[in-house]
Amino acid sequence: MKHTSVMLASFLLAGAASAAEVAPQEVAFQDGSVLQSLTGVAGDAENGRKVFLNRKKGNCLACHANSDMEDQPFHGEIGPSLDHVADRMDEAHLRGMLVNSKMTFDGTIMPAFYRADGFVRPLDKFKGKTILSAQEVEDVVAYLLTLKE
Amino acid sequence: MKITMTLLAASALALSAGASLADGHERIEIDGVELILAAPAPDYVEHLDKVMSGWLFRSAETQALELDDFDNPAFVFIDKGIDLFNEVDGSEGKSCASCHEDVAEFAGLRASMPRVVDGKVQTMEDIVNDMRVNYMGAEPWKWSGGEMTSVVGLISLQSRGMPVDVKIDGDAAPFWERGKELYYTRVGQLDMACANCHEDNFGKMIRADRLSQGQINGFPTYRLKNAKLNSIHGRFKGCMKNIRAKPFKEGSEEFRALELYLASRGAGLSVESPSVRN
Repeated sequence: MKHTSVMLASFLLAGAASAAEVAPQEVAFQDGSVLQSLTGVAGDAENGRKVFLNRKKGNCLACHANSDMEDQPFHGEIGPSLDHVADRMDEAHLRGMLVNSKMTFDGTIMPAFYRADGFVRPLDKFKGKTILSAQEVEDVVAYLLTLKE
Repeated sequence: MKITMTLLAASALALSAGASLADGHERIEIDGVELILAAPAPDYVEHLDKVMSGWLFRSAETQALELDDFDNPAFVFIDKGIDLFNEVDGSEGKSCASCHEDVAEFAGLRASMPRVVDGKVQTMEDIVNDMRVNYMGAEPWKWSGGEMTSVVGLISLQSRGMPVDVKIDGDAAPFWERGKELYYTRVGQLDMACANCHEDNFGKMIRADRLSQGQINGFPTYRLKNAKLNSIHGRFKGCMKNIRAKPFKEGSEEFRALELYLASRGAGLSVESPSVRN
């Protein structure tokens, strides 16, 4: 009985959170940071690690080295290493970097992972879509916060 | 005396590895022909000191495949190109060889391509199809099909070792400007321009791949990835899809302009067709 009610509660929470999801064009930036969670649901670091690695999702390793993934061959050299990134950036700034890093580094090569429009000639299947979902951004933020000294 | 010997030894070492010489040029030799694979960048390439062939960014194994025509897998297709060059096709009962007895007469052509003719950027593919349609009475070939890349490869090979030297002024100027604009325009969901990878980050690893300058002096190029000769416009399409952009069409005005601009960024490099890449 207790088990059921916990499940019910978390189901209700998830339902409520998706209604409160911040749309890509409504994300509020403050000096490159995004203070408010995009979903109101705590990020799942374990899933964030998967999204980080997935070549069709974050594909973060394409450009960034990450010692936490030493079992993976070929780490990228385009961006800085993400070792101990949580010692350099707080949660809000990490979220801002994922949503749209151009708000921090103008002219960066890094894609905006939670932006849906304003692109030139996007492939039809990606038109009006973000690279990551709001919850995936929160999950990657949660994962990055585990990368500390 | 000692200094001389050391210098000599150092230069011999450098030569064996694909010579890196004091004048900023890097040279290799294929089948007795010297190729320049790095050269000082032309003035109009504002953000590069040196222009460098993609060969310099590949692994030793991939590099080795290009150094001997017997090892170079592209030559299967060059042989096919020779057959096609001699094959009669179309209503006029002619082959390429009916009029162009020796394909060697095309030496120098690839080095000057693309070029502007009658207000349009003309490519190697245009020349081949113009001949097929208007002189042979044959069907045009597909831009990136096996027949086209084989024959373009064969004709390009005749210019091996000659410096890329395309015309960018006069009537070519507006097309060159358009190509430059495209080179620096971010496209696709990943929102990247050619320059983001191939000018700002060449030499760095993007996961398992080392980014090159995106030079086109070695096209058509044999890619280990798809085991065939690849056209320039076909490669552009692949790049655009990678950044989740809707590609322009092969033979489009955009790709023609981009080809002209990119060719000009390789001025001073040798024609290296058919090159081998991963």
